[in-house]
Amino acid sequence: MNALPQAPVTRERGLHLLREMLRIRCFEDRCVQLYGELKIRGFLHLCNGEEAVAVGAMQALAPSDAVVSTYREHGHALARGLAMNALMAELYGKESGSSHGRGGSMHIFDVSRRFYGGNAIVGGGLPLALGFALAQKLQRQSALTACFFGDGAVAEGEFHESLNLAALWRLPVLFLCENNLYAMGTAVEVAESQTDVAAKARVYRIDAATVDGMDVFAVEDAARGAAAQVRGGGGPVLLELRTYRFRGHSMFDAQLYRDKAEVEAWQKKGPLITLTTKLKSLGLMSEEDYQRLEREARAEVEAAVEFAERSDFESVTQLERFVYTERAP
Amino acid sequence: MEIEFRLPSLGADMERATLTTWLKKPGEAVHRGEAIAVVETEKGLIDIECFDEGIVSALIVEPGTKIAVGTVLARLTAAGTGVPPTSVPRAAAPATAAAAAAPAVRVPPPPAAPAAAGPAGEAAARLRISPAARRRAQELGLTDAALGRLAAGGMGGIVHIEDIERLAAGGAAAAPAADARDAMRVVIGNAMARAKREIPHYYLGHTIDFAAARSFLQRHNAGVPVAERLLEGILIAKAVALAAARIAGFNGYFRDGRFERAPEVNLGMAIAVRGGGLVAPALLAADRKDLRTLMHEFSELVSRVRSGHMRSGEFTAATITVTSLGEDGVEAIYPIINPPQVAIVGSGCVVERPGVCEGSVAVRPQLTLTLAADHRVTDGRAGARFVCTIAELLAAPEKLR
Amino acid sequence: MSAPLTYREAAREALRAALTADARVFLMGEDVGRYGGCYAVTKGLLQEFGPERIRDTPLSESAFVGAGIGAAIAGLRPIVEIMTVNFSMLALDQILNNAATLCHMSGGQISVPLVIRMATGAGRQLAAQHSHSLEGWYAHIPGIRIVAPGTIDDARFMLAAALACPDPVLLFEHIYLYNMEGELTPGLERVDIAHAAVRRPGRDVALITYGGSLPKCLAAAAELAAEGIEAEVLDLRTLRPLDDATLMESVRRTHRAVIVDEGWRSGSLAAEITTRIMEQAFYDLDAPVARVCTAEVPLPYPKHLEDAALPSPARIIATARTLIRGGAGTH
Repeated sequence: MNALPQAPVTRERGLHLLREMLRIRCFEDRCVQLYGELKIRGFLHLCNGEEAVAVGAMQALAPSDAVVSTYREHGHALARGLAMNALMAELYGKESGSSHGRGGSMHIFDVSRRFYGGNAIVGGGLPLALGFALAQKLQRQSALTACFFGDGAVAEGEFHESLNLAALWRLPVLFLCENNLYAMGTAVEVAESQTDVAAKARVYRIDAATVDGMDVFAVEDAARGAAAQVRGGGGPVLLELRTYRFRGHSMFDAQLYRDKAEVEAWQKKGPLITLTTKLKSLGLMSEEDYQRLEREARAEVEAAVEFAERSDFESVTQLERFVYTERAP
Repeated sequence: MEIEFRLPSLGADMERATLTTWLKKPGEAVHRGEAIAVVETEKGLIDIECFDEGIVSALIVEPGTKIAVGTVLARLTAAGTGVPPTSVPRAAAPATAAAAAAPAVRVPPPPAAPAAAGPAGEAAARLRISPAARRRAQELGLTDAALGRLAAGGMGGIVHIEDIERLAAGGAAAAPAADARDAMRVVIGNAMARAKREIPHYYLGHTIDFAAARSFLQRHNAGVPVAERLLEGILIAKAVALAAARIAGFNGYFRDGRFERAPEVNLGMAIAVRGGGLVAPALLAADRKDLRTLMHEFSELVSRVRSGHMRSGEFTAATITVTSLGEDGVEAIYPIINPPQVAIVGSGCVVERPGVCEGSVAVRPQLTLTLAADHRVTDGRAGARFVCTIAELLAAPEKLR
Repeated sequence: MSAPLTYREAAREALRAALTADARVFLMGEDVGRYGGCYAVTKGLLQEFGPERIRDTPLSESAFVGAGIGAAIAGLRPIVEIMTVNFSMLALDQILNNAATLCHMSGGQISVPLVIRMATGAGRQLAAQHSHSLEGWYAHIPGIRIVAPGTIDDARFMLAAALACPDPVLLFEHIYLYNMEGELTPGLERVDIAHAAVRRPGRDVALITYGGSLPKCLAAAAELAAEGIEAEVLDLRTLRPLDDATLMESVRRTHRAVIVDEGWRSGSLAAEITTRIMEQAFYDLDAPVARVCTAEVPLPYPKHLEDAALPSPARIIATARTLIRGGAGTH
């Protein structure tokens, strides 16, 4: 796969990436609390520890690109630029939410940002991503479709069908496998005869690379290189981003399937620590910078909570809306 | 400032947990995001975090206690500086699904139960009768006693519309002729009584010049064999049918408290039954058929009525009725509406009278049309338009073809 | 065009007209191109429109149905052909959890103007796994529309109406109808997909049906007429949403209803229609509603058993007679 020269590490770039990751971390942490207080219900899948994947990858995408994601999508949505107010309101189920409150945490959509969800079915988004890419190709657009999925989806038939078809028809899909080593409670070793996801993609004649998902610079560089290749008409590319999920699969998870020691070991090399350590060691940021950025992130999250709190629920009389299209497309 | 630390909900279906271990003691500091206790759930042991900064002032719940989500487990004193304590939940509960709009299906109310007491009522309650037949029986004012007599004759032990209509037309097979006539009188009487009681009739009369219609008929009938000759009544029937299609409110049923416009004009033709009695089977879609077809169908209806071979569909199909006593020499008939219809048009015999035509007095053939209509559905103005439409059509009979 | 043509030819003409009229339209499915279509519906289209617009897919129902969904959202007008309804279960997740649901989950932001064509039905001794009629299953799902063209006119013109609809439409073509010959109604240029149609007016009983069972009902009605029973035949045309108004008019007119549905009886579309008739026209019924459905057995291979399992004119006639002459209704 072509590799673009690594972009230089600067204070501006570093602080930008840190800010983006802090927004996600603070948002997710606040969600834990809100869920405990019964403000957010249903299933809640948080991405603590995986922030670098979302933030790094999004740096390589343009507004005209399409993004398909999974149920662990808050980070992807925020990094893509969805309004935090609308996102929080959606988690609250309020009418001002990004999906009118109809979807909740697992079904975030924002057509204006070409963010197409948000899928509760593991692997369900891959065929959909093929469709967006097919349309981009037939309409001769230079855009691509970024498709996030986890290691669990790799086991589904849809993964194989989709990689095959994407390669066969040379569709502009950037497959982004967020491998956090566990599909709910099942470790990759227990689920896959071949645990090297990038190797699986190469069997379908798709260029692939494995990336350290904890290093946001590495993620951004790899994503830019892969995106450039896809945009150049080279067919689909797959990046396997090795990362780790600090919290349970969802809120209600006793994590019986992994050691606390393992979690703690990964937390010590998480994306925020990795980036902060690197920037500080290069003299590009201070602890004050970190505190300031964290304060700002938390303030933004609080404002979103207040927005959600004072928003209204949709009236029950509107229950049967949105089954069919209400206006001509 | 005191902060309450409550058991958080960790899952969609988590309702309670057992406190297993406290990880902090009174007097100890707690930092945001730190685990403060361990609880046991169906899924296993889970650490619960505190999102406030402060000092533990009191541990409320003892280890080993089962508590519900939201129970206060501990109290903390807020730290002097830093982020304000967690706000107490204050959002209003959403409207429940119980307030959801009812489905759009219109459920018609059941027909009123027959007012009967005693053994006859019980017999009717055990009667196996189709919903449509029961409704027709009520429209005709049939008593439970009459229905009870029917039960034995019903097909497969079940009473259908056909059975009701046969009873109304005097064809009850099981009863001897005289009883049948009496039974039929009673049925008709009940039906008419009910019609008079429940339908606020209004009446309009209109005398028209029948010369154009007469000469049209003479011209037509002169050129065709007897079997294809048209009767006056068919001209009138067609005119009524066309008018009923054009003017709203006269073609349909008044049921369940409202008027249902019928999509077709099925014209009930009052036909006398041998041995007394009247039935009014329908000419279907009469406004759309030509005169020849109507005449043919009408002849067929008459012969079937006279021979007793009627079909149940024909009885219940009529959406408006026409009746005539012209053959009996009466000038005008003031008819009673057949429920659930909302109108009935009567015509008398054609009478030669002095009339004015083109400015001078002459002998003119005249026919009196009458309309009885349901005032719950239309008023005199609409009735006038309806009757005048019929008159206009009869004055230009070529259009009736 | 008043020359006789087959249902298959009408369906092909519909595809050709759609591909010609709108550059956004393209067709994808298994063997639609080089093979010419499993039932020869798409024969010649690859040569006429080229491989970008007539796309042969691998045997990946889930992937290419999902691709159709994505492409439709992104502004194209794909027609996805799933070879038969028997293979559609492999794409059921995409149909139910994406196509039918994206509009709602996104709070109305997303429309999925996708048409999925499927062959359906039994009668050619294709045995248990190739003989399903699952229209009733799909009609259970809010968010999609289901249509079943049962005449030459509908085979020709329903596709255009489906393509014009902003929501996903499943269009079922019964395999027994492909060889049916007839003529297009002169001057007809379009049909709707919102209404049922009375194919034969009647007075004594309403035969309510759709798709491959329509010719069986018409044949039954012709025979019943000879014994003085005038049966009305109502072609449902749209299975979701059902045209309740036209349905109830037929029932009110005739007071008796027989629903002929090639699905299995239990939990069938016929069961849904029966319930609606009970809800909306109870007091117009002179007899219980009857159903003629496929026997509760996986379709057997030998002809005599298959014929016995499926609805037939003989069963329809017997059921109608029973309703009119007496006795209970279900057959």
